[in-house]
Amino acid sequence: MHEVWTISECHQGRVKDVSYELLARGRLLADTLKVRLGTVVIGNDINTDDVKQLAYQGADILYLADDPSLSSFVCGRYAALLLKLISEKKPQIIIAAATTSGRTLMPYVAVKAHTGLTADCTELAIEEGTNNLLQTRPAIGGNIMATIKTPGHRPQMATVRPRSTKPLAAQHDRPFVVEEVPVAPRSEKSSVEVLGLRGLEGQSGSIEEADIVIAGGKGLKKRDNFVLIERLAKAFGAEVGASRDAVDRGWVSYPHQVGLSGKTISPRLYLAAGISGAIQHLAGIKTAKCIVAINSDEQANILGLADFAIIGDLFQVLPEIEKRLEQRRKA
Amino acid sequence: MHSIVLIKQVPQTSDVQMDKETGTMIRSGSAAILNPLDVYALETALRIKDRSGGRVTVITMGPASAVKVLKESIAMGCDDVYHLNDRAFAGSDTWATSYVLAKAIEKVGIPDLVITGERATDGDTAQVGPAVASWLDLPVLSYVASVEEIDSKNLIAERLIEEGYQRVRSPLPALLTVVKEIAEPRLPTLKGKKRAMATEIITWSASDLDTDPAFLGLKGSPTRVVKIETPKVSRQCSMVKVEDDASLHVAVDQLFTFLEERDLLGGLNA
Repeated sequence: MHEVWTISECHQGRVKDVSYELLARGRLLADTLKVRLGTVVIGNDINTDDVKQLAYQGADILYLADDPSLSSFVCGRYAALLLKLISEKKPQIIIAAATTSGRTLMPYVAVKAHTGLTADCTELAIEEGTNNLLQTRPAIGGNIMATIKTPGHRPQMATVRPRSTKPLAAQHDRPFVVEEVPVAPRSEKSSVEVLGLRGLEGQSGSIEEADIVIAGGKGLKKRDNFVLIERLAKAFGAEVGASRDAVDRGWVSYPHQVGLSGKTISPRLYLAAGISGAIQHLAGIKTAKCIVAINSDEQANILGLADFAIIGDLFQVLPEIEKRLEQRRKA
Repeated sequence: MHSIVLIKQVPQTSDVQMDKETGTMIRSGSAAILNPLDVYALETALRIKDRSGGRVTVITMGPASAVKVLKESIAMGCDDVYHLNDRAFAGSDTWATSYVLAKAIEKVGIPDLVITGERATDGDTAQVGPAVASWLDLPVLSYVASVEEIDSKNLIAERLIEEGYQRVRSPLPALLTVVKEIAEPRLPTLKGKKRAMATEIITWSASDLDTDPAFLGLKGSPTRVVKIETPKVSRQCSMVKVEDDASLHVAVDQLFTFLEERDLLGGLNA
């Protein structure tokens, strides 16, 4: 029977967290269809404990593509490998993370595999009767939810928004199979070459992958005050987010920008201070699990989307929250 | 250096209507603008032209009204523009759209660079750029935040990825999708606006592009929209006001209770 696959992403030999989330999605689909769940693990010098962990958290079969030429994402190289594997094994569904690599690899592969692809899904299900994959995603700035299927082409392909689901609990007695995928030697002299990686300033990770994002906007009034956001983020163990206003004023760099022209994120907690909530900003946070707003304006747009709001002066409120977190840590 | 920039006209996010039958967007009637992320693609191409000479060609696929975004591109300083318009293109998903755009690029002639915005703000898929590269067998560099060096054979660029800025070298021709950070877009000039008014836009139909009819429009699209829903905002906002020190303490207390109830302080030991 045609398998369901996920793509497991690696960074520097470690399997990325989002890969375990994909397995939780895939497990549900594979169980409904009563087929095996495979995962294609692509990287270099892949950590063997991580490979086992993928099995413990849902994979029945692991297609392991481990080669120095795969140490960083290069679309053409990853695509060639995946296309060859697809033509051999004929999976019925492939899901990948809606990350910078997933959102590049999947459309490139879908064209050559002549099949449909749905971007950045927040829900996946199997349609009763037809067994087609139902792919639901927010569109038009989160103003609508569209359900999409690929009735006549296989595999059915989708990217899934990071943090839109929880990984399964590890089961250490799950049986699994590992299949090594032969990697063709790098032939083309003229191909894309990765030269290096430079970390993001003031960030330990990306805001798309963060559990908690603490964001600031125009209400911070000036650059020096943005440190209040940075300090609170540190106290929460969170990443720093920002409105377009704050980025355009140069208070914080673009990778922190949340919204239509920045990142769309789904953290467990989004705390927005001094952000009024332009429609473009709200589009980036509609799938956040919990939204807290701190704003002096009772009429601010963001309150329409918030779960909890403190109406007051952020210059009083933020330090008080930080102080309280500090006390908790010491207690 | 010849760059082809792919742009899209999008509805303003506040003003969108859907066709209940086909699940596709109704484009007529709503205010339409140049996709806000496409100006960075145009600016990137214009800067490369400023630096190394050459031409900037702009292509858009869309209804008759999409001519407007091509005129805006000319006003910014782009040289040639093509409008892809045919009823047969209606209802295309990203697969079918990328096919038509790739056919148009082939007809113009494969340039040194194809440049697109990161994604369009309506469909929000970010799929068309990499898909066009696939049709044309071009290397694709997505999420490009800066172009450091470029000559007739290679370019060195930085991609903004989750872990930071990835520095890559690619042979040309190549396709880039660029992020907002790459450049501050220029404003249209008076001279450009005059040129835009005077320019007759070339429109290509399906037959001009030698396309396979089976690959076009809704019929040629592997995906189908089966349901459209407007999500109801079900969030209930608990609001507390801070007016003095006492109410500040109460508000923060309530916030912590709220966060604890949702297990959002789990990692932070009490």
